[in-house]
Amino acid sequence: MKILIVDDEKDVEVLFRQKFRKEIRKGEISMEFAFSGAEALDILSSDNPPKFVYVFSDINMPGMTGLELLENIKTKFPNINVSMISAYGDDENYEKAKESGAKEFFTKPIDFESLKKEINKLINP
Amino acid sequence: MGLENIITIVLLYYLHRNAKSANVSQQWKKYIKIAMLAAIALLVLGSANIISSWFTSILSVLLISGVAYVVLNFKEFQNTKPLFFAVIPLIGISILGDLMENIFPKAYETWDKVFDVAGFFAFIWAIVMYFTYRKQKRILEAERLVAIEKEREYEITRKIKAQLEKDVAERTEALVKKKDELEKTLSELKATQTQLIHAEKMASLGELTAGIAHEIQNPLNFVNNFSEVSSELVEEIEEELNKGDLDEVKVIFTDLKINLQKINHHGKRADSIVKGMLQHSRNNQSERELTDINALADEFLRLSYHGLRAKDKSFNANFIADFDKGLPKLNIVSQDIGRVLLNLFNNAFYACADKKTKESDDSSYKPEVKISTKKLERHIEITVSDNGQGVPAHIREKIFQPFFTTKPTGQGTGLGLSLSYDIVKAHGGDLKVESQEGEGTIFTITLPI
Repeated sequence: MKILIVDDEKDVEVLFRQKFRKEIRKGEISMEFAFSGAEALDILSSDNPPKFVYVFSDINMPGMTGLELLENIKTKFPNINVSMISAYGDDENYEKAKESGAKEFFTKPIDFESLKKEINKLINP
Repeated sequence: MGLENIITIVLLYYLHRNAKSANVSQQWKKYIKIAMLAAIALLVLGSANIISSWFTSILSVLLISGVAYVVLNFKEFQNTKPLFFAVIPLIGISILGDLMENIFPKAYETWDKVFDVAGFFAFIWAIVMYFTYRKQKRILEAERLVAIEKEREYEITRKIKAQLEKDVAERTEALVKKKDELEKTLSELKATQTQLIHAEKMASLGELTAGIAHEIQNPLNFVNNFSEVSSELVEEIEEELNKGDLDEVKVIFTDLKINLQKINHHGKRADSIVKGMLQHSRNNQSERELTDINALADEFLRLSYHGLRAKDKSFNANFIADFDKGLPKLNIVSQDIGRVLLNLFNNAFYACADKKTKESDDSSYKPEVKISTKKLERHIEITVSDNGQGVPAHIREKIFQPFFTTKPTGQGTGLGLSLSYDIVKAHGGDLKVESQEGEGTIFTITLPI
C-alpha cells in the first residue's frame, strides 16, 4: 500500500520514515515523498493507474499550494484519498479543503497518533 | 524839503517788507507802522505849511535819525542796511540843506546850486546803490532758498533714516522670531522623522510577525517531533536488544544519531530567527559586520513569503533563488540591508498578488518572485524581480520619494523604498528600478566589495 507525503520541508521524510518504521518494515505500507505540488503530480502520473492509495499534503508550499494539488488530484485521480496537513488550522483552509474533497484535515504540529489511526484504517479496513 | 520824510517812508516800507523774512517781533512791526504814519503826517504837514517849516524839519530829522539808529544797531534790520547806505548822502545833503535854509537863509540862496548838484549826485548814488542792493538781495534770497531747501532735504533724510532704523529694528526682531520658530519646527521635524523611521521599522516588523511565527513554528515542530520519535526509538532498541537482533539495534542507533543532529539543526534555526527578529527591531544603529548576503537574502525571502502568506490565505507565489556561490562576504550593517531586501520582497509579492486578483480565475498567470546574486568585478549585484503589474512610467521616478505609496491609505507608510534607497546609498551602493508595465519589475542593488 503506497502513501505519498508532500511537504516542502525535506526533514519530513526522515521523520515519517522513523514514525512508521515498524509498518514499513513489516511491509504493510510503503512511503514516497514529494517536495512540491508539481513533483507530487509527476510521481502520481508516472504509473497508470497510480499505485498510491493515499496522499498527505502540506497546504503552505511555494508554487502550487496543497489546496491546488488537492483539486488536481481529485480531478485526475478521484479514487486516491487526500488529506491535508496545515500549519494554519483556520476555518477558511478547512472549509476549502473539505469542499475540494479532502478526507481529513490535520494541523501542525502533527498528532502522529491520529495519523497512525487514519493509516491503520487503510491497513485493516 | 520833505525829502527826508520820503526817504523815511521808503526805508520804513523796506523795513516792513523785510521784516517778514528776518523774524522781526510784533512789537517792532507796530513801531514801524507808527513811524510810517508819523513820516506821512510830517510830509503832509511840511508840504501844507500849516506849522513852521523848521519845526517839521526838526521832527523829520529826529524821525530819520531814529530810523537810522534802529537800522544800524539792531540785528533784525541788518538786511535793510545796504539800502540805508544808499540813501545816506541824500539824507545828509537834505538835512544840511534844511538846516542852512532855516538857519542861514541868505547863505543857502548862494549855495543853492551846489546843493542841487550834490543832491543830484546823491540821488544817482542812491539809485545805483538801490540796484546793487536789489541784486544782492536777489542773490541772498536765492541762497536762502537753497539753504531752506537743503534744510528741508536734510530733515526729510533724517526722518527717512529714523524710519529706516525703526524698520530695520522691527524687521530684525521679526527675523529673529522667525528663526526661532523655524529652529523649533526643524527640531520637531527631526524628532518626527526619527519616529517615522522607527514606525516604518515596526510596521515592517509587524508584517513579519506572522512569517516569523510560522518560521519558528516549523523548526520547533521538528525539534518536538524528532525528540519524541527518538525516545520511541530508545524503547525499540530495548525491545530489539531483548530479542537479540543487534543488526536492527545498529540501524536504530544510526537513526538516533541523525535525529540528534536534526534536533540541533532545527533548534539553531529557530534561534537564528529569533535573533534576526530582535536585531531588526532594535532601534540603535548597529555596527557593520561581515555578512553572507545569500543567507541574509534567503532568510528574508522566507520571512516575507510566509508573512504575506499568513496574512492573506489566498495569496500564493512561486519564489526562485539563484545565488552565486562565489559571492564574497560583505562588510555591511546586516539589519539595514535585511530591511532593504525585505522591502523589495514584500513589494514584489504584493505586485504579484495584486496582478493575480485582477486576472480571471482560469488565467494561466503564475506569480513568481526571483532573487539572484552575482559577483561582478568590484561590486556584487542583487536583483529582486517579479512578474507582477509593473510600475507605470509616470510614477517610476517617484517611488523612491518619502511617503509615496500606491497602496491604499493605512496599508503602506510610503517610507519603505525611500529608506531602502538611503540605506543602499549609505553603503556606497546604488538601487535602481526597471519595469515593464504589465510584465513585471526588476530592482537591482549594487554594493561595493
